[in-house]
Amino acid sequence: MTDSRDEPLVLGIETSCDETGVGIVRGTTLLADAVASSVDEHARFGGVVPEVASRAHLEAMVPTIDRALKEAGVSAKDLDGIAVTAGPGLAGALLVGVSAAKAYAYALGKPLYGVNHLASHICVDQLEHGPLPEPTMALLVSGGHSSLLLSADITSDVRPMGSTIDDAAGEAFDKIARVLNLGFPGGPVIDRYAKEGDPEAIAFPRGLTGPRDPAYDFSFSGLKTAVARWIEARRAAGEEVPVRDVAASFQEAVVDVLTRKAVRACKDEGVDHLMIGGGVAANSRLRALAQERCEAAGIRLRVPRPKLCTDNGAMVAALGAEMVARNRAASSWDLSADSSLPVTDPHVPGHDHVHEVSKENLYS
Amino acid sequence: MLLLALDTATPAVTVALHDGTDVIASSSQVDARRHGELLLPAVDRVLTEAGLKLEAVTGIVVGTGPGPYTGLRVGLMTADTFGLALGVPVHGLCTLDGLAYAADIEKGPFVVATDARRKEVYWATYADSRTRLTGPAVDRPADIAERVAGLPAVGAGALLYPDTFPRAHEPEHVSAASLASLAAEKLAAGEELTAPRPLYLRRPDAQVPKNYKVVTPK
Ligand SMILES: [Zn+2]
Repeated sequence: MTDSRDEPLVLGIETSCDETGVGIVRGTTLLADAVASSVDEHARFGGVVPEVASRAHLEAMVPTIDRALKEAGVSAKDLDGIAVTAGPGLAGALLVGVSAAKAYAYALGKPLYGVNHLASHICVDQLEHGPLPEPTMALLVSGGHSSLLLSADITSDVRPMGSTIDDAAGEAFDKIARVLNLGFPGGPVIDRYAKEGDPEAIAFPRGLTGPRDPAYDFSFSGLKTAVARWIEARRAAGEEVPVRDVAASFQEAVVDVLTRKAVRACKDEGVDHLMIGGGVAANSRLRALAQERCEAAGIRLRVPRPKLCTDNGAMVAALGAEMVARNRAASSWDLSADSSLPVTDPHVPGHDHVHEVSKENLYS
Repeated sequence: MLLLALDTATPAVTVALHDGTDVIASSSQVDARRHGELLLPAVDRVLTEAGLKLEAVTGIVVGTGPGPYTGLRVGLMTADTFGLALGVPVHGLCTLDGLAYAADIEKGPFVVATDARRKEVYWATYADSRTRLTGPAVDRPADIAERVAGLPAVGAGALLYPDTFPRAHEPEHVSAASLASLAAEKLAAGEELTAPRPLYLRRPDAQVPKNYKVVTPK
């Protein structure tokens, strides 16, 4: 890139779950990352209530856009495009963001880019470590996703290698923390206790790692049950539960499978880069083991800082900027929210544009 | 004055432009499941028809419901964001008031009722087309039958339940044209309109779907 001023200035809006995120980037440079979360309103229900999330998005949107513009120190009229998560996610929540993005883009006379939430989770790493290598292998792990994706071009070519067949990795952390009465949320507290425990104290099962199992899919439901049973058996026998060892051994089982499969996918596909994203990417043992195994295999590991790993608007802006830079077709004004947008669609181009037959840039 | 009015609180996706004297362009499409897709193209069409750009608009008027939430929010979010981008005021008007205005009844009382789904109606009573007496509220038709007995009624909610509303008639859905006209009249008279905040009238359903992010209680 030459002068960074030439890079696209894009505002991104994310409302697929309970965070109202508005981010602003210039090319691969992060300028603002404003997030309003409704997490506290959901806490008493034990999970995200879609209607509560949608109501909160409507209230938070305009103030969050304002905050992002101030933080970035840019004027809305200087934007080169507006990007928004078109899916996958909660339908009603997505629709609030899509409505805002369409109105904003239309009123400002800017192109609109409806983009994929999962591709955004990958693309956000450009804000931390510069342009994504092509191809990139990505491991996305959070309370909502656990997938292994291979991207040759984040704007046009994302292939699913594998995903969880039951629970997301983040859900398992929350469940085990609850069984151990460790307080909440589960991820950080398990991580903390595990540091003082022995990861080899208890041999918990590694899901889907048999010779006949699918090589890149995950399963955490069996592990969850095995750990809960082990704890209950101790309690039933009147013995004390070694919390630190259980936390360490459970965490080891999760990150062992995640990193083993990710590194294997890299090797099988001849990919020399692995990125890890999603909330669980904040786990220190996942980072350490991934680093160790990637080094041994000659793979470069890229993990963004935790705030960029969880849902945010900057990741959407990052992917939007890439769409602008690569002259991808903008979305049309009838863009809809698609709660099950396939991971293979990094964005939703408008139907009144020329078809992207060759995946080549048709507009330069 | 150039008002852009929109409403997505009923199955109609409806948009109108009002120059302070008359409605100069409007569009209404009935499709309860596609508010999100239809609204922006309708705004674009109405502006094109009037030969105007959005920048010319001096105020936004939006129906605040009550209405099914997902569709209702499309109009409100669009209005809010237009207001932010253009730096113009956004006025809210109760959607049922727009229907009452369109009903053009000089002497009431009469009822406006829209479909609230789940076998309920959103409803309000009016002394005349400009004066709301009670509501808006959400109820089962049978539960309010006594209170509305003998009154003429308009709106899809009235047409849907003839046992409760035997004197139901058109209009079925709200039109942005009548919202715009009502707003223009009120603004000219120096009246304050309400803030563009949704009239949900019900608490959110507290059901957590499977496979969605777990948020654990503190
Ligand atoms: Zn996510």
